[in-house]
Amino acid sequence: MNELLLGLADDELIIGWRDSEWTGIAPMLEEDVAFSSIAQNEIGHARALYELAAAELDSDPDSLAFDRTPDEYRCAPFVELHLLDWAHTIARRYLYEEADRVRLDALRRGGDVELAGLAAKIDREEVYHRMHAEMWRERLGGEAQFREAVEELWPHALGLVEPDQRATLVERVGLAEVTPVERGAHVAEWPALWEEMTMVRRSEPAGAQW
Amino acid sequence: MVTAEQVWRAFEEIPDPEIPVVSLVDLGVIRSVDVHDGHVEVEFTPTFLGCPALEAMKRALEEKVAALGGDADVRVISDDSWSTDKITPAGREKLRAAGFAPPAPREASAPVLVQLQSNVFRCPYCNSTQTSLENIFGPTPCRSLRYCESCRQPFEQFKTI
Repeated sequence: MNELLLGLADDELIIGWRDSEWTGIAPMLEEDVAFSSIAQNEIGHARALYELAAAELDSDPDSLAFDRTPDEYRCAPFVELHLLDWAHTIARRYLYEEADRVRLDALRRGGDVELAGLAAKIDREEVYHRMHAEMWRERLGGEAQFREAVEELWPHALGLVEPDQRATLVERVGLAEVTPVERGAHVAEWPALWEEMTMVRRSEPAGAQW
Repeated sequence: MVTAEQVWRAFEEIPDPEIPVVSLVDLGVIRSVDVHDGHVEVEFTPTFLGCPALEAMKRALEEKVAALGGDADVRVISDDSWSTDKITPAGREKLRAAGFAPPAPREASAPVLVQLQSNVFRCPYCNSTQTSLENIFGPTPCRSLRYCESCRQPFEQFKTI
């Protein structure tokens, strides 16, 4: 259970971090605002999930988010990828939202009341992220560059959900079932992101209040 | 000894940190207040989980209770029990007067893009329904950007949650 919660929380924190990399440099002002807002919201979801995990593990949310070593993070490699072009960025947003919807559906119906309640709240907010992803998918759907990016990222996206949720994701996205890139390993660019993400926290003396 | 009524009245004075025209009571984010021997238990439901003002709201609640001589225990309830339907009629009117179109009612099914692109949203300045969606996202997670074709005024729309 804790592993699952930490995986979810880590996914949301890291996708939020990666999406925030477009703040200030997105191809148009509207997307600058959109990516900043989506990133902020995903990190808010991460915080709520870390709070649940912290209660289980007798830890605190900031400590879980920033005090673990790079190897201890449970996020899927999908969210760690450092994507530098718009086609891949939008492809990841689209695939992430599809996968997130599948697992939130499962959590909402799950037996853990607190997690089910939180998943229902997160799902309400994700509606707007999905609209954004859908709008872009319609706009770029005919472009080879976008379709190639979706196919390239697909094995990674499949690794985001639990094995028993994969058939649903395959059906939703309409691509062939492939070997997923599973959680547990990290991509080459992960340590650099971890360095940047934990820099402020590591520079503060122990016991600093946030 | 502090009473629940005093606590509610004090909470009416706490402005939303980002839209200060409405109070936390107007927003409907305070689910319950229970008082026992000066100990005040408050259940607080966040608006959007990504809202950076959540901590400030929680602190403001604690400070108000302390100012009344009580000792506060603010419990944050992160489930689906808050929706924009909890914003009070007075709160909606204050939003409109400040140039924010209040949220549409929550429906059984989730909102879809075509609804946001449709003409059901009134301009808070001229009351026209000739308004268009500029951006689903705005300066905070809870707001979208719209434009009024009639009075040519951009305005913010509270998202339905």
